[in-house]
Amino acid sequence: MIITTRIKNATLIVKMTGELDHHSAGPIRETVDRIIMSGGVKNILFDMSSLSMMDSSGIGMVIGRYKLISADGGKVSIFAKTKTILKILKMSGIERIAPVYDAIEKAEEYLDA
Amino acid sequence: MKENMMKLEFMAKSENEAFARSAVAAFVMGLDPTVEEMADIKTSVSEAVTNSIVHGYEGGEGRVYIECVISGKDIKIIVKDNGKGIKNVKEAMQPMFTTNTDNERSGMGFTVMQTFMDKVKVESILDVGTKVTMSKSIGAQTL
Repeated sequence: MIITTRIKNATLIVKMTGELDHHSAGPIRETVDRIIMSGGVKNILFDMSSLSMMDSSGIGMVIGRYKLISADGGKVSIFAKTKTILKILKMSGIERIAPVYDAIEKAEEYLDA
Repeated sequence: MKENMMKLEFMAKSENEAFARSAVAAFVMGLDPTVEEMADIKTSVSEAVTNSIVHGYEGGEGRVYIECVISGKDIKIIVKDNGKGIKNVKEAMQPMFTTNTDNERSGMGFTVMQTFMDKVKVESILDVGTKVTMSKSIGAQTL
């Protein structure tokens, strides 16, 4: 699992490459929470476009970050385009709290609106 | 008819989750699954193994056992642990049910397995362990 982060317009963009499971969710959680705690972040965009596999640990990780960021009025969105990742995102119902888009620009637009 | 089987035993460590699903994926490769079928199997194995590690052994020491049987176009995967067991299997299989609220478990593990595999059976005895049997017919999906 490779995690890259950048901040754009107070949105923390978290790009994950590889397989997201219970084991790899830990370091992502720690990295994201550390950046949030250091301030300057309003929203989070999870870029899942380069994930080859994700299990429900990824859903738990997103829900946890949503709870954190929404407490301060922030929003979460997801950029995903592969069939296998979209399948688990859709069945989880995560879209009710973190909408899923097939283009990163659309995911950014939702957060900036 | 094609027949094949394999068995795996490994320590209940989270870094073995990737090993377990990759090993099963490599074994299933012979059935020539689609990318989606392969992802379904890998995700389901990941869920079952994670359950054994996080819930069965609660992050402590133990062994996880996997057995895979190929029979024709069908794959049967058994994931077993000698952990603490599940008090109420029916309740545990409900979507969003989780006993682990402080570790960000979504409570969706069994729902994922049931959605991604054709059949899922869970047998559990308190303080003895849990056995999850999942099966899927490869090539059954129509476009």
